[in-house]
Amino acid sequence: MAVTSESPSTSAGHAHEGTYAGGLLSWITTVDHKRIGVMYGVSAFFFFLVGGLEALLIRLQLGSAENTLIDPDLYNQLFTMHGTTMVFLAIMPLSAAFFNFIVPLQIGARDVAFPRLNAFSFWVFFLGALFMNASFLFGGAPDAGWFGYANLTSTQYSPGMRVDFWVIGLLVLGVSSIAAALNFIVTIINLRCEGMTLMRMPLFTWMTLITSFLLVMAFPAITVGLVLLMFDRMFGTLFFNPMAGGDVLLWQHLFWIFGHPEVYILLLPGLGIVSEVIPVFSRKPLFGYAFVVYSGILIAFLGFGVWAHHMFAVGLGPVANTVFSAATMLIAIPTGVKIFNWIATLWGGSLRLRTPLYFALGFIAMFIIGGLSGVMHASAPTDLQQTDTYFIVAHIHYVLFGGVMFALFAGMYYWIPKVTGRMMSERLGKAHFWMMIISFNLTFFPQHFLGLHGMPRRTFTYESGLGFEAMNLMSTVGAMLLGASMLIFIWNVLATLKKGAPAGNDPWEASTLEWSIASPPPHYNFRVLPAVGGRDPLWAEDLTEAVPGDDPSTPEPHMPGPSYFPFATAVGILVLAGGGLTLTLPVVFVGVALILFGIYGWAFQPLEH
Amino acid sequence: MSQTDAAAMEMHSATGLPNRKVLMWAFIGSECMLFGSLIIVYMVYRGKSLVGPYPSDLLNIPFITVTTFVLLMSSLMMVLALSAVQRGDMKWGKIWLFMTALLGMVFLGGQVYEFSHFVHEGLTLKTNLFGGSFFLLTGTHGAHVAVGVLWLLSLVFMAQRGKLTQANAETVEIAGLYWHFVDVVWIVLFTLIYLLV
Amino acid sequence: MTQTHQHADHAHPSNRTYILVAAILGVITAVEVGVFYLEALEPVLVPILLVLSAAKFTMVVGFFMHLKFDSKLYRVLFVGPLIVAIAVMMAMFLLYGVFRA
Repeated sequence: MAVTSESPSTSAGHAHEGTYAGGLLSWITTVDHKRIGVMYGVSAFFFFLVGGLEALLIRLQLGSAENTLIDPDLYNQLFTMHGTTMVFLAIMPLSAAFFNFIVPLQIGARDVAFPRLNAFSFWVFFLGALFMNASFLFGGAPDAGWFGYANLTSTQYSPGMRVDFWVIGLLVLGVSSIAAALNFIVTIINLRCEGMTLMRMPLFTWMTLITSFLLVMAFPAITVGLVLLMFDRMFGTLFFNPMAGGDVLLWQHLFWIFGHPEVYILLLPGLGIVSEVIPVFSRKPLFGYAFVVYSGILIAFLGFGVWAHHMFAVGLGPVANTVFSAATMLIAIPTGVKIFNWIATLWGGSLRLRTPLYFALGFIAMFIIGGLSGVMHASAPTDLQQTDTYFIVAHIHYVLFGGVMFALFAGMYYWIPKVTGRMMSERLGKAHFWMMIISFNLTFFPQHFLGLHGMPRRTFTYESGLGFEAMNLMSTVGAMLLGASMLIFIWNVLATLKKGAPAGNDPWEASTLEWSIASPPPHYNFRVLPAVGGRDPLWAEDLTEAVPGDDPSTPEPHMPGPSYFPFATAVGILVLAGGGLTLTLPVVFVGVALILFGIYGWAFQPLEH
Repeated sequence: MSQTDAAAMEMHSATGLPNRKVLMWAFIGSECMLFGSLIIVYMVYRGKSLVGPYPSDLLNIPFITVTTFVLLMSSLMMVLALSAVQRGDMKWGKIWLFMTALLGMVFLGGQVYEFSHFVHEGLTLKTNLFGGSFFLLTGTHGAHVAVGVLWLLSLVFMAQRGKLTQANAETVEIAGLYWHFVDVVWIVLFTLIYLLV
Repeated sequence: MTQTHQHADHAHPSNRTYILVAAILGVITAVEVGVFYLEALEPVLVPILLVLSAAKFTMVVGFFMHLKFDSKLYRVLFVGPLIVAIAVMMAMFLLYGVFRA
């Protein structure tokens, strides 16, 4: 990448020509949170395109009734991988990219608490993502849905390796997520700069903290479910075997005990981004900061109490359905609180209508629509009509695409100048926005009607004459345009890298610490660790010594050196996964040996060497 | 575990608390959910096996009481080890660490004996729901104990080579937190599996 | 500023206290097993065992893991997820009728 730090980068004894300089080996062994963030971001966006391609193929197939473009078997793989890819390989790592790059800067730290663990998390994710997608080359991709219901996933109904790829792939990805979440919990708790109490932290950092807690509490549930499934498939246990008294619903419970907090894991980082963008582009501090924080915490806690709203149709009984229904409706409240606070922030603000704000506003509008359909299915009786239809598909995409992705794009447009040191084209950004929001609605709004008219999910085609054709065609056309809109974004990024105007430290006149240093930041972030006296430190009336910036008279801090042990350990995990997949013991042993080698090497390697 | 602290990185702690200790407690929080989920599986399937052997046929309370006691005493060894290392008494630190690991291995030996006895009596992972959920729950716990033993023996080895000193007391403390947690999980499992039949 | 040593700031149980705690744990375990075998106590077996286990749990966490004497932050990190785990467990036990005789 031809991007270098704006500040003078000469230094004796430490070879760094720029924040991103260095060959492949330097990227494989880096422990710098900024580089790791960039790697997450690029990989995640790549997989976003992969998942998008899967979606386009789905939409092409559904564009006309009784279409034969994609056969049922491939169709099942496509919708399974679309969901799995978007959730685990696109949105989560994209959020991780922001956690990585931005959070240490926002709290005035030089890196995360455990830089090598951070690198490890990335490599495990990356190799896990490759592992999961390798399935396409080895007998077919997972095809039992992104939620893998038992006992469709048993060896009886899903022979071959497809579901094994899914199970083992997700177990591997879980390791990455939990490691990263633990890292961020310690980082945010312990590495805040002087004066930055919890209630003075930027909102994005707050949401990262809450999301990290959600991650470490939710993933164990799916880990157990996946282990049960893996044991059933590999060792013939009976956990989901109805003939032996096993309960297939136990899978659903364990999956959704994870799955519902998971959607808040997907959402909260986006909410954090929007809570940063709106104040900056309204030139007003966030209205009701404390309320926004507390509602985030409340959403996280309540998120563990609503999982069975995904199971209203399985026959849990009226008491269970009522309890979960009520809890689900309750969750709408803290979410609503946030929306009111954003609107109150915009109100009376001096709005700067730049691309990040466009996407933040688009987020609010689309997310409200998604929230409205969500409240509709919070009611169990209503949901019986809507579940497993396209009405739910519409809801999901309004909250996850219209919601989360719009928020993540807001974050990209907001922070890419900080990451690259260059300004993006406003013209292209707005073109991207308008094309995206129009085509997005064209794609997904008709799906509400399709659902209400009875079109079921996850079916590779529909009969002609049922009245589904027009809406599906609209949706397909919308999807094609939506895909094309991404090209505008990609073009914008490439043009930015090549010839974007220099961004300087703070092109947006923002309020948080990441904007007090160069773009991109020097590898040590802050020469002198800052001290803050309140929220929005860069907007403080009295800056005094609060934010010294990159004062060249102070010597450059010495940062931890690179390490290959995180990568080695990750490779060991991949090998172990391969051994588990094929049930070859020697490979398993090699994997374990590599992991042990990696861990011991890592443990005994000093952090700076 | 690492030879150098994060102190070398000139990172100050906003709370005054060591990074690795905060990490271990957060990790332990996560483990509560892991074992919680496994316990859910066990309890949900309790009494639901369609064929035997059943718990009442196999569970040997007196034997497991002894191994439970052994594990509890290993926690005592662990705090004594930490206390010694914090005082700079590396000789007793090493001894107590080794004793902890030893008692851990005795516990594991007891588990292995119990497991092989059960298998001999016809209970495997695949026999029924009891077999699957029992071996998975106690097996996961046993795996955690095994990792702990490995960790402790590594510390003993390091101490033997003079690489573990009073300055590394935090390392021992963190290993101790892990070890005690594994013991605490067993306290719960002992009650749920063996006594609440 | 680097990490401060916590140990000097907090009350430290002596070895004698630890041994005492271990002894109590041993006694409680014996009582648990005794209660298990006493048929007369069968109706109250479950509550007694739950209380006794909770006591052992609290003592190991409080004394051996030092939570009683350490920063409150650790308590939050542990108790938060513990509460969520217990709540989810209870909900699942209710859903599956685990408490029904």
